[in-house]
Amino acid sequence: MIKVSNITKSYGTGGSKNQVLKGISMQISDGDFTVILGASGSGKSTLLNVVSGLERPDGGSVVYDECDITKLSDSELTKFRKDNIGFIFQQYYLLPNMTVEKNVRMGADLAENREYRETVAAVGLRDKSKKFPGELSGGEQQRVAVARALAKKPKVLFLDEPTGALDEQTGRQVLDYINKLHNEFGFTVVMVTHNQNIAEMASTVVKMNSGKISEIYANDRQKTAYEIGW
Amino acid sequence: MIIGIKDALKLAGISVIACCAVFVCTIFLNYNIDIAAMKNEITTAGGMAMYNAIVSTGKVTAAVSGGCLAMTSAVMLLFYVKNYIDTHGKELGILKALGYSNINIAKHFWAFGMSVFAGCFLGYVLATLYLPTFYELQNADRLFPEIRPHFHPILAFLLVCLPAIIFAILAVIYACLRLKSPVLDLLKERREYKQKTAKRERESPDLPFIKDLKRSTVRGRKSLVFFIAFSAFCFSAMLQMSVSMIDLSSKEMAVMVLAIGLILAFVTLILSLSSVVKGNAKTIAMMQVFGYKHSDCAKATLGGYRPFAYLGFALGTVYQYALLKIMVSAVFADVENMPEYGFDFWACVVALILFELAYEAAMCGYSLRIKKLPVKGVMME
Repeated sequence: MIKVSNITKSYGTGGSKNQVLKGISMQISDGDFTVILGASGSGKSTLLNVVSGLERPDGGSVVYDECDITKLSDSELTKFRKDNIGFIFQQYYLLPNMTVEKNVRMGADLAENREYRETVAAVGLRDKSKKFPGELSGGEQQRVAVARALAKKPKVLFLDEPTGALDEQTGRQVLDYINKLHNEFGFTVVMVTHNQNIAEMASTVVKMNSGKISEIYANDRQKTAYEIGW
Repeated sequence: MIIGIKDALKLAGISVIACCAVFVCTIFLNYNIDIAAMKNEITTAGGMAMYNAIVSTGKVTAAVSGGCLAMTSAVMLLFYVKNYIDTHGKELGILKALGYSNINIAKHFWAFGMSVFAGCFLGYVLATLYLPTFYELQNADRLFPEIRPHFHPILAFLLVCLPAIIFAILAVIYACLRLKSPVLDLLKERREYKQKTAKRERESPDLPFIKDLKRSTVRGRKSLVFFIAFSAFCFSAMLQMSVSMIDLSSKEMAVMVLAIGLILAFVTLILSLSSVVKGNAKTIAMMQVFGYKHSDCAKATLGGYRPFAYLGFALGTVYQYALLKIMVSAVFADVENMPEYGFDFWACVVALILFELAYEAAMCGYSLRIKKLPVKGVMME
């Protein structure tokens, strides 16, 4: 269970100070598929960064079971991320001079996962494991990022607009892989998107507007990546 | 195309190396030219032997130091031209996409040659100021008539103007070659990955990620291997040489050699390590996001260069020994009261300890810098 209480976050100082998060509170259950939905500038990515421990809030708490990560030191936070968190970003951030297999190993080694080749196969890239990121399409690169995140066996997977740079077909394919792997391994998913249709895949949707939560609702039925509109 | 202050500052390394090279060449060559005019006034056999030895020393020192440092400056210049094109790929790509030809863009890289001009000019001025002291030291035994430093325009042209022109042309030609990359590769900042390196990477054994990244970082930036080895080489050679200089020449010469060695060593080391950290900022940020400790990040990015640093140190030791041995046994063979030269084991040990301390301190400093890398800032770049 992730319990987020009264999170505030601002950027800038003095007259140019901009409060991005204005007292956010919510809960995410273990194994849940949560989508944080909002327009550009609504504060959804900042919330994801704070909840995942990439950024520190100005106020409030983020508690994973018994552990308040806002109270952890930098090195404790690094260890926390190592043990619990996986990330997938819109820009992939793959290591350009390392092969697919070695990129995935970046995540796998942290969890002492020796079966990382299975993870490469699970995202359909067995044949391309010796290729470099520059030799892959955008969708394939994002699947490498998925494999890299999952190879470290995270308890919570954070995704920041994972299909933002992909076309419809490739985007659906990547979401389908994420959905299948979520169902298979049961980790918690927290995804940020501006696409209302993608929110239909989630069990819980958190709508954000101007740094506040405007609505939280549960979907009666979670649609698959091929059932949603685009 | 804009070459900002930051870019200009990065070229300071080239200026420093050029400055040292011109300083050394100017004092020895200026002295050689001036003393040549006095050759007929030397009447004693001892004086003549000393004259021949000094002229040979000047030639060898100018050729070896000037040659080595000129080569290093050239490598560094090419490295920075490549680095500029890599980091400003988008701007250059847009210019190419708009229809600017390669040569139209590349011709602006002449400005990189100005770093050489600045260094050479400074080196020449410093050498000119130092010349009276140097002349005094060279003639401390009063074997020659009194010599005063004279200004030789040909030397100023050869050591200041010519290198600047040659390096400016070199920068333009190299930039033109690098800009031949397809527009999309520049716009998307896709790095050229050589077939041979890619093949080796694909076939490399299954190693833990940190070890693999260490190897890959070194392979990806071979020019930095050269600079780090060169830094250790300068530290080792010049420090040990300066100790020997106390007996063979004078304390002043020893201090000069030591100062040049330390400046070259530290400037090169700092610029190299900064490039390593900056060039790998995204990788380090991603490692930190995933939960790698900062010590692992430092090990993966900086650790691979350590063997090359020690290799540079060993080469520097051999170089200084060989150079001084040749000087003493061949060039100064006919000069009376010349002390014996042998390998100074303790100077080598002390230099090694000092080098280890300096190198590891630099590594710690850069390791702290890695710790302080703003993860979010780097990823948003």
